[in-house]
Amino acid sequence: MATPVIVTRKRRESEVELNRFPFTEKDLPGFEQADEVPAFLREYRFKGWNLFQTIPMPTTNDEAWRRTDLRGLRASELTLRAELPKRQVKPPRNLLKPLVGKKHGGQIILVPTYQTIHQVSDEWQKQGMIFTDFRTAQKEHAEWLSNTMGQIVRPEEGKFAALATAFAEDGVLVYIPRGVRLKEPLHSVIWSPGTRLARFTRLLIWVDDDAELTFVHEVASPDQQDGQSFHAGIVEIHVGKGSHLTFVEMQSWGRDVWNFTHERARVDRDGTLDWIFGSVGSQLTKTFMEIDLVGEGATGKMSGFYFTNGNQHLDHDTQQNHFAPHTTSDLLFKGALQDRSRSVWQGMIYVAPGAQKTDGYQANRNLTLSPHARADSIPGLEIMADDVRCTHGATVGKVDEEQLFYLLSRGISRKEAIRLIVEGFFEPIMERVPYGGVRQRFRTAIKQKIG
Amino acid sequence: MSELQIVDLHVNVNGKEILKGVNLTVRQGEVHALMGPNGTGKSTLAYTLMGHPNYEVTQGEVWFKGQNILELEADQRAHLGLFLAFQYPVAIPGVSVANFLRAAINARRKAENPEDKGIPIPEFRKQLKKVMDTLRMDHSFAGRYLNDGFSGGEKKRAEVLQMAMLKPEIAIMDETDSGLDIDALRIVAEGVNTLRGPDLGVLVITHYQRILNYIKPDIVHIMLDGRIVESGGPDLALHLEEHGYDWLKNKVEVIA
Ligand SMILES: Nc1ncnc2c1ncn2[C@@H]1O[C@H](COP(=O)(O)OP(=O)(O)O)[C@@H](O)[C@H]1O
Ligand SMILES: [Mg+2]
Repeated sequence: MATPVIVTRKRRESEVELNRFPFTEKDLPGFEQADEVPAFLREYRFKGWNLFQTIPMPTTNDEAWRRTDLRGLRASELTLRAELPKRQVKPPRNLLKPLVGKKHGGQIILVPTYQTIHQVSDEWQKQGMIFTDFRTAQKEHAEWLSNTMGQIVRPEEGKFAALATAFAEDGVLVYIPRGVRLKEPLHSVIWSPGTRLARFTRLLIWVDDDAELTFVHEVASPDQQDGQSFHAGIVEIHVGKGSHLTFVEMQSWGRDVWNFTHERARVDRDGTLDWIFGSVGSQLTKTFMEIDLVGEGATGKMSGFYFTNGNQHLDHDTQQNHFAPHTTSDLLFKGALQDRSRSVWQGMIYVAPGAQKTDGYQANRNLTLSPHARADSIPGLEIMADDVRCTHGATVGKVDEEQLFYLLSRGISRKEAIRLIVEGFFEPIMERVPYGGVRQRFRTAIKQKIG
Repeated sequence: MSELQIVDLHVNVNGKEILKGVNLTVRQGEVHALMGPNGTGKSTLAYTLMGHPNYEVTQGEVWFKGQNILELEADQRAHLGLFLAFQYPVAIPGVSVANFLRAAINARRKAENPEDKGIPIPEFRKQLKKVMDTLRMDHSFAGRYLNDGFSGGEKKRAEVLQMAMLKPEIAIMDETDSGLDIDALRIVAEGVNTLRGPDLGVLVITHYQRILNYIKPDIVHIMLDGRIVESGGPDLALHLEEHGYDWLKNKVEVIA
């Protein structure tokens, strides 16, 4: 153990400088050409910008950030427009592979040239469905946007929520009208290469009452050798009364990315949400993921995996909020860690006063594959009603030597044995993934990590 | 013709000597039974032969195919054709029997030929179904997670399934009979008997004579307190059943 050396509590000025974002008001999208941005959005961006300036940079003194230190973020070196080598503009082919055979409901791929590849079936559009990118939506669905955006994640929630509010132009929006049950999944990919690039994204999924959707969203970028880059994102989800949403999310940012997101799903009466996510990329991640069960009988299920290596640091902060009676939540997060990487899972089940007969569950399981890796697992319950059932479990363990020996005794190499054990460990999450193509994508990500 | 030759093997577990000089040779084509009461070191011998890291060899050698295998890792021993059917098979949640077996077969093929592309899936499936049929296992078994939630009998059958699929030259079966009812025992024994032949040597470890009615041994050894104290023909097992181990106790004292 190294002896901790605490030199001074006061941060050096140079550190603070390095930590400061170089952007100004003039950089806000639409600042110069005001007529290109709807007035409400312009206002909203300014609101985000002002909040961003007043909210201080989170420090490890803030409860939510205790285990995630941002002092290493060289924000001052970030840029909003990055020069791109040609070969990086196009996303790698495996990202474009259809996830469910030929049966796509639609696909949107955002690439850095601001060209968007859309494929949406006309049939669904006739029924009033919207599936488009954020830039297009500003022009074509401004009113709808003004009625929905920003209701679920507010810019006040944090410095990076404010920043994303101000700057996000890339994004995907989905609206499923009342009564529409989309059988084929929608798929979107945000591919965002760029050295020292600061990128901002927004995702809005609005499923109206008695509707149904499966949505797969991926964010990715190549590893950049030079410097750090940055992402701040907002994900807002509304699941209407009696509706069902399966939302699959895959985070594969390059190893240069410092990634910050605020994600929240609101589930109304008798709605069900099945939220599945995989997180393998980025240098550092802090993600707030919340489910608000606001209507009686609402159900939210969250299943996630993270797999880290090198000196990655992934911090997932989850919240299951039972605001109404007879609501159910079920969370399972599994993580495996290699090398000197680190993970934090911090989960809270909150039951509001009067939210009786709720059933909340959370479990976090970690497998450390190296003595230098570290997983922090912090479950939490805050229960303000008396007739509820809430349980949780958290574990951190190593690869079992007896399992390893059993596999070795069959001729399987140590490396292959660990791969099998890790894949088996993640299998309960894979079982929750709805499509073979998506499962394959997740499995490939795991395989690549093991190397 | 290969043989497993154990010479003056001494093994410590947690600093305590458990095996105190074991000598035993098992040739391909032979079936040996190793009998002895609980706690005499039979499993210790089995684990040591397979290369479990907790078993510390303090003296002796184990020769197989011209190598002292004590210097090899467990996976390398398996590649040479050694197999251990575990007394307590380990569960690997999330890994299906089929996936696991394919990984094991491919690992062995690759060890023999680094260029090998792995067993073709149709061929693998065909083999697997055939073996499952002989062991009267439902085909759905292949999709279950290895030993995860298996009953005692299912675990033992799964060990024999693996043995049949991996085609070892020397197999050590550690109490494969324990915990089996008579029907299951018969099925497992039949499975082993179909594998018997000039290419397979077996060391059947047991503390009941029962299984030896079904798997007829060529030679029977008795282990007491970390040593083989008596070896003989199949009659020795029957004698043991009738008279117990007491008549051997003085042998231990004489050696010790
Ligand atoms: N992993 C172990 N840890 C501690 N003691 C062990 C271990 N394995 C075996 N022993 C001890 O070694 C002795 C022999 O055990 P074992 O080889 O399992 O006997 P058998 O298989 O003949 O019943 C026993 O006294 C047992 O307690
Ligand atoms: Mg034993």
